[in-house]
Amino acid sequence: MAKNNSLHPNSNGETDDSPNMLVYRKMEDVIARMQDEKNGIPIRTVKSFLSKIPSVFSGSDIVQWLLKNLCIEDQVEALHLGTLMAAHGYFFPISDHVLTLKDDGTFYRFQTPYFWPSNCWEPENTDYAVYLCKRTMQNKARLELADYEAESLARLQRAFARKWEFIFMQAEAQAKVDKKRDKIERKILDSQERAFWDVHRPVPGCVNTTEVDIKKSSRMKNPHKTRKSVYGLQNDIRSHSPTHTPAPEAKQPTEEELREQIKFGQAQLDRHRLKMSKVAESLLSYTEQYSDYDPFLSTPDPSNPWISDDTTLWEMEASKEPGQTRVRRWGFGINEVLKDPVGREQFLKFLESEFSSENLRFWLAVQELKRRPIREVPTRVQEIWEEFLAPGAPSAINVDSKSYDKTTQNVKDPGRYAFEDAQEHIYKLMKSDSYSRFIRSSAYQELLQAKKKKSKNLF
Amino acid sequence: MGEMEQMKKEAETLKTQIEAARKAANDTDMASAASGVAPAPRVQLKTRKTLKGHLAKIYAMHWSTDNRLMVSASQDGKLLIWDSHSGNKVNAVPLKSSWVMTCAYAPSGNLVASGGLDNMCTVYNLKTPVIKTVKELDAHTGYLSCTRFLSDTEILTASGDTTCALWDLETGKQKTVFLNHVGDCMCLSLSPDMNSFVSGACDSLAKLWDIRDGQCKQTFQGHTSDINAISFFPSGNAIITGSDDCACKMYDLRADQEVICYQDAALNSGVTSLALSLSGRLIFAGYDDFNCNIWDSLKGEKVGVLSGHDNRVSCTGVPPDGMCVCTGSWDSFLKIWN
Repeated sequence: MAKNNSLHPNSNGETDDSPNMLVYRKMEDVIARMQDEKNGIPIRTVKSFLSKIPSVFSGSDIVQWLLKNLCIEDQVEALHLGTLMAAHGYFFPISDHVLTLKDDGTFYRFQTPYFWPSNCWEPENTDYAVYLCKRTMQNKARLELADYEAESLARLQRAFARKWEFIFMQAEAQAKVDKKRDKIERKILDSQERAFWDVHRPVPGCVNTTEVDIKKSSRMKNPHKTRKSVYGLQNDIRSHSPTHTPAPEAKQPTEEELREQIKFGQAQLDRHRLKMSKVAESLLSYTEQYSDYDPFLSTPDPSNPWISDDTTLWEMEASKEPGQTRVRRWGFGINEVLKDPVGREQFLKFLESEFSSENLRFWLAVQELKRRPIREVPTRVQEIWEEFLAPGAPSAINVDSKSYDKTTQNVKDPGRYAFEDAQEHIYKLMKSDSYSRFIRSSAYQELLQAKKKKSKNLF
Repeated sequence: MGEMEQMKKEAETLKTQIEAARKAANDTDMASAASGVAPAPRVQLKTRKTLKGHLAKIYAMHWSTDNRLMVSASQDGKLLIWDSHSGNKVNAVPLKSSWVMTCAYAPSGNLVASGGLDNMCTVYNLKTPVIKTVKELDAHTGYLSCTRFLSDTEILTASGDTTCALWDLETGKQKTVFLNHVGDCMCLSLSPDMNSFVSGACDSLAKLWDIRDGQCKQTFQGHTSDINAISFFPSGNAIITGSDDCACKMYDLRADQEVICYQDAALNSGVTSLALSLSGRLIFAGYDDFNCNIWDSLKGEKVGVLSGHDNRVSCTGVPPDGMCVCTGSWDSFLKIWN
């Protein structure tokens, strides 16, 4: 995968761009292709009444182009992608404030790169006020303010009452400049300016695509890249292009950090790496084994409570009577037995019948210890030690000498993980010994073959 | 050569050697290995329930282990506990700070937690006659992006201050701090055996941590932007990540590298959240473009779409029994699908 330099994390691990920049670049790549002279969307000027509609293409043109050029399967997906790009303001319907894509003859126009979201626009309300004010000075019917715009203007007039004269003057100056432009050019620029504001001050009820996740917005990394001033009212702090900002000075690692990096790197290099073919095999067999239990792949028995509204399945799960499918799952591995409370119960029952339950009881006790409140831990550690490991313990378990020594030490300063080594050893023992005996036992086999108990009428 | 220069060189050499070792283990790619497997059924899921009640953007949701109850957090300043099957709101917890980013349900069902721009993780007891704040875990110096309970006595947090932490709920203090990320931590996922967890951060890396010794055991690279979502594969041997670079990736822990990438030319928005079906075969990934896309985890193909939300999908979750998938959105609704 080619790594675009301005996107590759620098040695601090931080990219220079806002979280959305990657997405904007992707959309802009598509736009560039759409605007390509040879293979892009055909743009034309349409005659209408006494005037011309310059530089437009239809919604269907866009949908067709997307279907043909982007490996999109169906019209729904094309509309979805197109609407996304319209909502971000890359192209817009010339006669509507609502930025969606329609698969019909509705006319659309491209947005000028000056107004693209990748320029990190955060236009201020003063600019919006100038814009709305300017619109009222242009007495063409098509430029009349929509209801929500008129409301916004009224609100802004109240908010900026003190500097309204200044705003009015700016609007007048803008309107004067606009009048001098070529008529066709004006049409295009007006519509692009309106589309810009449709993105940043959307119609009430429409999604505001400039909304940023609060997790990202609190990372104000590059305030100097934000463009705030549309009409030159504030000092535009930005002095250089957003795509060529020099990277912030990379922090040099300290000696300590380098040592850690090397140690970590060494450990990584030494680790055993499983071959991809084995990994694939393992993933495939896991999903295969569990597909019978995945309600998205196999229909649950008796029914999925979300579809049938029948909660029998949940009641069965809660009951102590394990169904056949549940029992079969215990055979997948020791973890499945230990995970299921009924499984644990059956496993314990079987081991008790063989007078070899101390391993499982120890394992369960240690698991329970890890969930205890910290003040109860020291006493519990002592109890477990006495029961399972101390010389002459009533339920003595067999641990290797290394783990035994380590545990003896840990018990002197008891914490939640005092028995970790011993527990790991016992787990391995159970896995190879007790568990396999359980699965082969007649008790388990009977549960597996269990026929539905017929309720006997005793009276 | 000065000592620093020498060490830098050594670190670089190690990186190259590790890459080479990873390449050497790459004797096939996942897609070809999975070519023989029957394709996952084309999934056409329907909305079974729409949970209405929040008044603003929903930022997070988490299922309870009983497969019916769930907790959701919204910028309207509330945590809502739902009996999602009946659609009833069981409880409402008013939050001190409405800038909430995450919520979690304890496996016991007794506690829920939330956190956000207040930099704290607040734990509530649901079982007292009136819901009480049990603890306010206050030590992070950045926003709380994600939290998960290990039990009623221990909880994990991920924070915008680039650290993750394990807390003891009795003392309210941090027991272990996990330091290694250089960007804000955005998400975390517990391993099925609860001995380790993975975290994703804005430094575009995912890291595996040992809960007991607090060390970073492995680092996974490949994304080119913030990792917003992360989840363990149910076998515990692999992880799935979702990023602002519009892709999801699966990394295998034993192969120590990326196994497959879930990406589409038509997908032009970041991944916000993800959840896996019970067998791990299906990945439900929520995107900024208001949809949740369903991927076949083995073949890397898109097999379905959940569209119905009117704004960004911010959170997804599959209950432990895998019976459905829930999506939560900035449009203030939660939807249950299957």
